Amino acid sequence: MNKVKLLYRACVVLAAALAAALAGALVLRTIGASPLATYATIFTGPFADKFGITEVLVRAVPLILVGLGIAISFRSGILNIGGEGQILVGILASTATALAFPGSPKVVLLPLMLMAGALGGALWGGIAGFLRAELGVSELLSTVMLNYIAAQFYTFLLRGPMIDPSELQTGSGTPQSMRLPRAAWLDRIVPETRLHAGLILAVVLAVCVYILLWRTTWGYRLRAAGAEEKAARYAGVHVERSLIAAMLFAGAFAGLAGAVEVSGVHHRAIEGISSDYGFSGIVVALFGGLHPAGILPAAVFFGVLLVGADMTQRSAGVPANMILVLQGVVILAIVSAQMYINNAYALERFARLFRRRTEQTGAQS
Amino acid sequence: MSMVYNILSLGIPFSVALLVAALGENFNQRAGIFNLGCEGIMSMGAFLGFLPAFYLKTGPLAAHVNLLGFLLAIAAGVLLGLLFALVTVTFRASQGIAGIGLQMFGWGVAGTLFRHFVGGVTGVEGVPAWAIPGLSRIPFAGGVLFNHNPAVYLGFLMVPASWYLLYRTPWGLKVRAVGTHPRAADTMGINVNRVRYQALMLGGAMAGFAGAYLSLCQAKMFADDIVSGRGFIAVALVYFGRWSPLGILGGALLFSLAQTLQLSIQVGGIKFPYEFAVMLPYLLVILVLAFARKARMRGPSELGNPYDREMRV
Amino acid sequence: MKTASDPIQELVLKGITKRFPGVLACDDVSLEVRRGEVLALVGENGAGKSTLMNILAGLYHPDAGTISVNGKVVHFRTPSEAFARGIGMVHQNFMLVPNMTVAENVALGSKQLHHFMNLDLRGARKRILEVSEHHELPVNPDAYIWQLSVGEQQRVELVKTLCFGAQLLILDEPTSALTPQETDDLMDRLRRMTSELSIIFISHKLNEVKVLSDRVAILRHGAVVFNGRTADHTPAELAALMTGHEVTLPRNESGAAESEVILSARQLRVRGDRGHDALDGLDLELRAGEILGLAGVSGNGQRELADALAGLRRVESGTIHFQGKDVTNRPPVRMIEAGMGYIPEDRHHEGIVPSFSVKDNLVLKDYDSAKFSFSCFLRLGEIARNAEALRESFDIRCPSISTATGSLSGGNIQKVILAREIARRPKALVAVYPTRGVDMGAQEFIHTRLLAHRREGIGILLISEELEEILNLSDRIAVIYKGRILKVLPSAGATREQLGLLMAGVVHE
Repeated sequence: MNKVKLLYRACVVLAAALAAALAGALVLRTIGASPLATYATIFTGPFADKFGITEVLVRAVPLILVGLGIAISFRSGILNIGGEGQILVGILASTATALAFPGSPKVVLLPLMLMAGALGGALWGGIAGFLRAELGVSELLSTVMLNYIAAQFYTFLLRGPMIDPSELQTGSGTPQSMRLPRAAWLDRIVPETRLHAGLILAVVLAVCVYILLWRTTWGYRLRAAGAEEKAARYAGVHVERSLIAAMLFAGAFAGLAGAVEVSGVHHRAIEGISSDYGFSGIVVALFGGLHPAGILPAAVFFGVLLVGADMTQRSAGVPANMILVLQGVVILAIVSAQMYINNAYALERFARLFRRRTEQTGAQS
Repeated sequence: MSMVYNILSLGIPFSVALLVAALGENFNQRAGIFNLGCEGIMSMGAFLGFLPAFYLKTGPLAAHVNLLGFLLAIAAGVLLGLLFALVTVTFRASQGIAGIGLQMFGWGVAGTLFRHFVGGVTGVEGVPAWAIPGLSRIPFAGGVLFNHNPAVYLGFLMVPASWYLLYRTPWGLKVRAVGTHPRAADTMGINVNRVRYQALMLGGAMAGFAGAYLSLCQAKMFADDIVSGRGFIAVALVYFGRWSPLGILGGALLFSLAQTLQLSIQVGGIKFPYEFAVMLPYLLVILVLAFARKARMRGPSELGNPYDREMRV
Repeated sequence: MKTASDPIQELVLKGITKRFPGVLACDDVSLEVRRGEVLALVGENGAGKSTLMNILAGLYHPDAGTISVNGKVVHFRTPSEAFARGIGMVHQNFMLVPNMTVAENVALGSKQLHHFMNLDLRGARKRILEVSEHHELPVNPDAYIWQLSVGEQQRVELVKTLCFGAQLLILDEPTSALTPQETDDLMDRLRRMTSELSIIFISHKLNEVKVLSDRVAILRHGAVVFNGRTADHTPAELAALMTGHEVTLPRNESGAAESEVILSARQLRVRGDRGHDALDGLDLELRAGEILGLAGVSGNGQRELADALAGLRRVESGTIHFQGKDVTNRPPVRMIEAGMGYIPEDRHHEGIVPSFSVKDNLVLKDYDSAKFSFSCFLRLGEIARNAEALRESFDIRCPSISTATGSLSGGNIQKVILAREIARRPKALVAVYPTRGVDMGAQEFIHTRLLAHRREGIGILLISEELEEILNLSDRIAVIYKGRILKVLPSAGATREQLGLLMAGVVHE
């Protein structure tokens, strides 16, 4: 039965991916682009050279981090849509920390600013967690509102208190912070590319998240509260604390993603830095089955999509917003498919069909 | 005094998009489904409302571009509502996440089509104000209430219309039953899924209208961030308004006043950072949700739960 | 709903088969009912009675078989179609929208009152009063459902079904929430209705079957094992046919020894979910090594009492003492640590985490203990070993210990819960409806276990709706009524009638 179950799941996921591709093709046709050419560019373009491949991984790093946080939160029963805002707060916290101690040695400054980023994100996520746990406020709405608030706050700081003084001098007024001291930079691990040590950090954390969720008592509590709140309460789990903890984790990972982006890629806080990683992270988490082992490949896959979409924008004039379209359809397809994945009826009917087919072919041969 | 006049006369038209979208979402939620994709539907509605006005400015249909825009937006809203119904009612997907997916989809498609067909930010003439003869001359109240474009009047008329539809018609009775005790409705011969589809399509249509209102009547242009969270605020408004059209009207007015307050503060010369003023409506939503706990218990009890007849009770 | 044109002279079910994932609910079932007849459908919990009736009422589709009315085959694709043919069902869980009035509920299902933009509530009210008078079932059309008591709601359900023109009434466990006296009243009314209607009623209470039905059909494991005239058989014969063998459930024979009180509640006031006082000055004492049965019609505070004892519900005033210590309003985790066991009413959503594996559920309360974890790391090996051992000793039927617990049968889920609670060696155990919906074999197992642990010195508070279960197992019986203990009596010498009166609130000295 297990082989049939796997085959069934694979068929469902494939059907979902196909639906997504078709919907995307429809939109592409509307704007006069050739779906096949576009998809071809997206999926093959990034692999054309070394730079392309490393770019995919560069994009994957924040996706992995945000995705891991989302996996923790979703499995704990709290839907974190606030990745965007948490990333921004993480960036602010880590940048401010790095700029506050310019003379410190790398071994102190780098971990410090990364932790500051995680703490900032955790704080922002914790607000939503608290609102949900103690006041019953739907986290779907509160995290979305917090995204908008964080965005305004970010712009305010970057145009005001945190703006690079040299911008004021030259009068160009670009909203960006000062460059971070070199000690706060994550090292490039492949020369002449943008791939940085954050990748190693991300992979290590993925393993840690696996251990946390499935091998520790804390993880047991989180998962129980997320799977069946009533039973968790009955078993003595403090569900409110669990929800807040889950949001703290999720926010911390997103904040860390922001800090890593600043430290490894841009080396300063700028506008547009979060580039929707907060939302893409949700898609990556869902696509990866809310499990670190699935999130890692899913993040790489979406890295390919992101880099590919940039390429199609430059070459074929397909707007980069197409990515949002694809992501939206992927989400819709996956959640629709889940009904079939968990549907015992459909599985039984599929199994019976499968058995009849194999019996028929067996009888014929 | 003139500041009050400004706030009120601006606040009323500002509330229409929120009001109509929230009234539409109310039908969804009363039937048991919450649609976070409202934001995405509004984006599509905003773009499609704007498109005829942009493309057909010169030409035989020039006089009707606004009407066409609204119709196109409503049609798109119905289709997107239908899509959402397919995912959440037929496929019984998780409504929260599906809503986010729909939002990304709607926002993405609107943005993509905008960049391709329009290119840059351009303005349109939009819908002019239509003063109601006689009433608009009442001092103070006339200007505040009766000197707006027709869509405003239409929007406000939707409040009593929604009330009547929900509480005095058979369909409204079905919607309320389906959101509270779908199994009971099912045993009495009501097609639960069909009613939910209908509610979602109506909600989608109204969200589309609200989006077109934003681009044609309020901002008189289209940009990526024209909706900027109003769809989500509309969903929150339904909770705040305790799932009643009158309560939603109150909430919509309250929120739009918060937005116009922000503008008035700038104009009034009070030194207040622009970004903080923009934050106000979103903060308000959180505060309102935090203190509206009791409301949640009186909502449609099956809100968020898909219905499966074959599921063993 | 239009009233059916021709009356139902004869209804025939032939070869009805229905499968759910993993279980054959109806196995080639054939039955018939004639006009004016009362057919009792009997069987243990899980025998397939409700499923069969849901098929007849148009809610489920059979995988095979036919239904024919007056000789013509009919297919009910929806409940509407069944109604149109005159078949109406009163479900065990009432199908009434709580925040609407009686009239609105009836109007909901009466398509002829649905004019395009206008709902004809007056028409609904008129119809309700007509039916209500004709059958002597008083209801107030403008009352909101949530305001009505369980008995009143049942009356509304009957009136509603009759308003829709039902000629064949299907009643699913109609007396499960009624006192013995209300039950007799209902039986009376139903008898009078047979002059105009046919009735199929589902029950597992054989004495009711004897009183009301003309014919009785017995289902076991989804198949009809007996179909005959009620008058020709005694309840004992029917019981034997129901279970397939001579079942004598274990009885508590030994008298209660005088032992110390391990759990006591004094003057408890606890709020229910709707804000009212579910417990209103309740006093209770449980001794070590005894089974105290709590009898009462469901809805009189049993759930709130069990929750309060487990620390899951706030006690507004009064105290709870466990092993001499005051544990009032201590959090659930402390009660668990202190040695309180709890088998909850909602086994599927409270007693287990349905998506967790069997082995994970077996440590639901102990994952943090030194046995199953090392600082914060889970000892997966120990957890698995524990699960294998408990699976053996409690005979838990599951494909493997890694199977999702939610997919097991009701009886096996209950065994998982029981295994976990017992293995923790609690000092006191609160068991709420432990054998509800569980087949005879599992029931026997659970009862045997409870008696065995009683002998080991555990104090057990048995909350149950089944008077037989309480009479069989308890040393003492307490009757709960409107949130208070009305009386506590020794179980030896207690009778059904006595308990029935107490359950209805009648106390004589």
